[in-house]
Amino acid sequence: MTLEHYLIAAGILFCTGLFGMIVRRNILVIFMCLELILASATLTLVAFSRFRLTSGLPDIDAQMLVFFVITVAAAEVAVGLAIIVSLYRSTQSVHMEDLHTLKG
Amino acid sequence: MDSILFYLFALVMIAFGFGVVMNRNPVTSAMCLVGCFLGVAALFIMLDAFFIGVVQIAVYAGAVIVLFVFILMLLDIAGEKRREFPIHAIAIGLIVAVIVGGQIAMVAGSLDDVGGKFPPIDKAAAVEARVERGNNPDSTINTILTDPKKPSYPDVHIIGEALFTRYPLHLQIVAVLLTVGAVGVVVLSKKRLE
Amino acid sequence: MVQLPWLLLLLPLATAALIHFALGGSGRLAAWTGTASAFGMLGLSVSLLVGATAEASPFVWLETGMFHPDLEQAITLSLKTDRLALSMMLVVTIVGALVHLFSLTYMAEDKARPRYYAGLSLFLFSMTGIVLAGNLFMMFIFWELVGLSSYLLIGHWFTKKSAAEASKKAFLTNRIGDFGFLVGILLIWGAFGTVDFNALERRVDLGNLPLTGGLLTAGILCLFAGAVGKSAQFPLHVWLPDAMEGPTPVSALIHAATMVAAGVYMLVRISFLIALDPTAAMTIAWIGGGTALLAALLATQQDDIKRVLAYSTLSQLGYMVMAVGLLASQAAYFHLFTHAFFKALLFLGAGAVIYCCHHEQNIWKMGGLAKRMPLTFATFAIGTACLIAVPYVTSGFYSKEAILDSAYAASRPLFWIAAFVALLTAFYMTRLVVVAFLGKARSQYARDAVEAPTPMAFALTCLTLLSIVGGFRFFAEAILPRGFYPTFDSPHHNFVMAVSIICLLAGVVASFLLYRGREKDPLHITPLRRGLYIDDLYTGLIRLFQDGAAAVAAAFDRHILNGFFLGGTAALTQAVGSVFRRMQPGSLHFYLVLAALGIMLLIWATSTV
Repeated sequence: MTLEHYLIAAGILFCTGLFGMIVRRNILVIFMCLELILASATLTLVAFSRFRLTSGLPDIDAQMLVFFVITVAAAEVAVGLAIIVSLYRSTQSVHMEDLHTLKG
Repeated sequence: MDSILFYLFALVMIAFGFGVVMNRNPVTSAMCLVGCFLGVAALFIMLDAFFIGVVQIAVYAGAVIVLFVFILMLLDIAGEKRREFPIHAIAIGLIVAVIVGGQIAMVAGSLDDVGGKFPPIDKAAAVEARVERGNNPDSTINTILTDPKKPSYPDVHIIGEALFTRYPLHLQIVAVLLTVGAVGVVVLSKKRLE
Repeated sequence: MVQLPWLLLLLPLATAALIHFALGGSGRLAAWTGTASAFGMLGLSVSLLVGATAEASPFVWLETGMFHPDLEQAITLSLKTDRLALSMMLVVTIVGALVHLFSLTYMAEDKARPRYYAGLSLFLFSMTGIVLAGNLFMMFIFWELVGLSSYLLIGHWFTKKSAAEASKKAFLTNRIGDFGFLVGILLIWGAFGTVDFNALERRVDLGNLPLTGGLLTAGILCLFAGAVGKSAQFPLHVWLPDAMEGPTPVSALIHAATMVAAGVYMLVRISFLIALDPTAAMTIAWIGGGTALLAALLATQQDDIKRVLAYSTLSQLGYMVMAVGLLASQAAYFHLFTHAFFKALLFLGAGAVIYCCHHEQNIWKMGGLAKRMPLTFATFAIGTACLIAVPYVTSGFYSKEAILDSAYAASRPLFWIAAFVALLTAFYMTRLVVVAFLGKARSQYARDAVEAPTPMAFALTCLTLLSIVGGFRFFAEAILPRGFYPTFDSPHHNFVMAVSIICLLAGVVASFLLYRGREKDPLHITPLRRGLYIDDLYTGLIRLFQDGAAAVAAAFDRHILNGFFLGGTAALTQAVGSVFRRMQPGSLHFYLVLAALGIMLLIWATSTV
């Protein structure tokens, strides 16, 4: 297997997530698609980490970055879901078309 | 063998990814997300990133998905009755996704050394470099690395070492961030701010 | 060693300060302090005139730094105590002292006597400064101070709207003239390098002037502008009649005898400069003659006793200015000297009448006062006789003859104007006396009038004496500078005198016939009553300019500032805002597509393919 395979696989996952975000109207699903995109990015990072050996081992700094990204993403999911909950409380909807208070 | 596994896991990942996007019911989407993350974790493990793979399963497939499902349950959202996939949205989404995907493929194909396979892990060189940096040759990591009976390298040890020697400040900051996140979630979720 | 001239200058200032800061609570004390100070000044100026040493060392007031090597580098307060200044000082202090005396009764019931007497002392200080000034800068400083004290005194009854307006008008009108004066001073300073009168005179005697032609004319006329303002010559004469809103003693002191004479005094001081330029001199003479004629015409139709006198003052000042312009500054100064006494007399007489008639100023509501106020009538009649120049026995006759003589010699048109003005003077003064003092009393106040109280009567008597002897050779020559008393030896003197007497008789007889026994004015010439509409013209002009400027400013504000800058900015902001609003539809998907476009752009820009 080559790096290219992994990159292409990650790219497909990225595009799937992007497509989902554009297509879907349920804010929770959009949030899930966001997670897909994040996963594709971490996959790319890990692939490069394995590809660029430093003194014989996978690049540990890249894995550290992934580790932190996962941590921050977990926090982000928690906060994001809390926001969605309060949003739902005020609008009784998770449908994107109902959320237009920011319209200029 | 490797390539079969890769295609299998990649297929699982992408298929469940499509499942997330295409399912009308958000609960099913969430379940598909679990499958997708499992595929991603498998790919991590295939890339010799065992710890990250486990973390991916534990954090994402475990905690995050639980959160999602929990919220879905809390809000009690039934499958969407409304027109979920407007045709123009699908058109735009497709166009954008295809263009971005094409660009990614182009970039991936244009990298000089992409065609090459992943180089094999060289544990001897790793020990040599570590000792050269002043690491004790008899330290746990070095012992494991030099032990011919261990088939893989000790990535959990190495990540732990890096985390507590080179990234302690980052660790603290992330800890603070998580605390702030926890407090923020509590505040946001309260019925009424006072 | 106290130098008397400095003492003379600083005494009234000290008095003003004392009254203002220490005696503000006690009107009586302020009155007596002010009067004592005025009499002290009179004593000082008499002693200076009769031979006390009049030296005064100059005092450097401020150093200006080096503008140019030829310029003086210091503005000094130097006193010039020649005969001219000392004789003028005598006039100022005599009139000042008697006016103080008169005020003791006239202002006895005023609430703000300390302010009044402080103002009078400040005025005396300023006037002394002008008279004793050794250079133009110092004169200018005191010139402004005179304007200020005049403003304070005209507006003494500032709660009365007309008084407040009149004081403002006087001040602003004076400012116009003062501006010209300042420009003239700077021009002289720049050209001659000095503004000291002695130095200037030496420089002129040497010949080879640094200033010639049009610039010299302009310089002299700029200085003259100061006199136009202060001596109320046309076209800045409008303030003087209105200044009659002030208390009558103030009118007597400031607006008849001294302050308005300051302009003429200044012209006499710089007469050596005026003599250098015939154009400027002729302009001055014609402005003076014109003012004399205009004011005399206006005086014939005034009903307010003080306004008649105010216009007559204008007219007499016009005579003096005309004489200066005809290079007969001795005659001008002589007339100034005699006029000060009899005009102060007339004003104080008018003041006595007003006082006794309970502040009634309209002559048509008086009448028959001669019987009730015999002394006032007698003194007023003598003052009138002086003003209309009854031959031989009055001071006004001598000084007016001197002016007419010089006018006849220098310019025939001006002579005939002056003769006509003499006729008009006789006419309106006779009208005033006939209407106010003779005939029947036409109001209750006039019927109840009683003779003026003693201090007033004393002041009137003193001034009457001075008005008569002021023109006599033995008296005048003792006071005036050498050569200022006219000689009356010109070949055409008899002709001039004949014309003058004919004019006098014509005016008196015509007026007597016209006004004897009348109940109201048989003549009613509206333009003359309205001051030939000059005030209206000025008001109109000012309004026109103000409205024009306001319209321009408003248009600028409305269209350029508000319309273009503010409105334009607002419109631009709105336009940009509406563009951005289109980009903010509030749809997450739109943003997502935009973000995707951003990703595409990023990849496209960073990839090497």
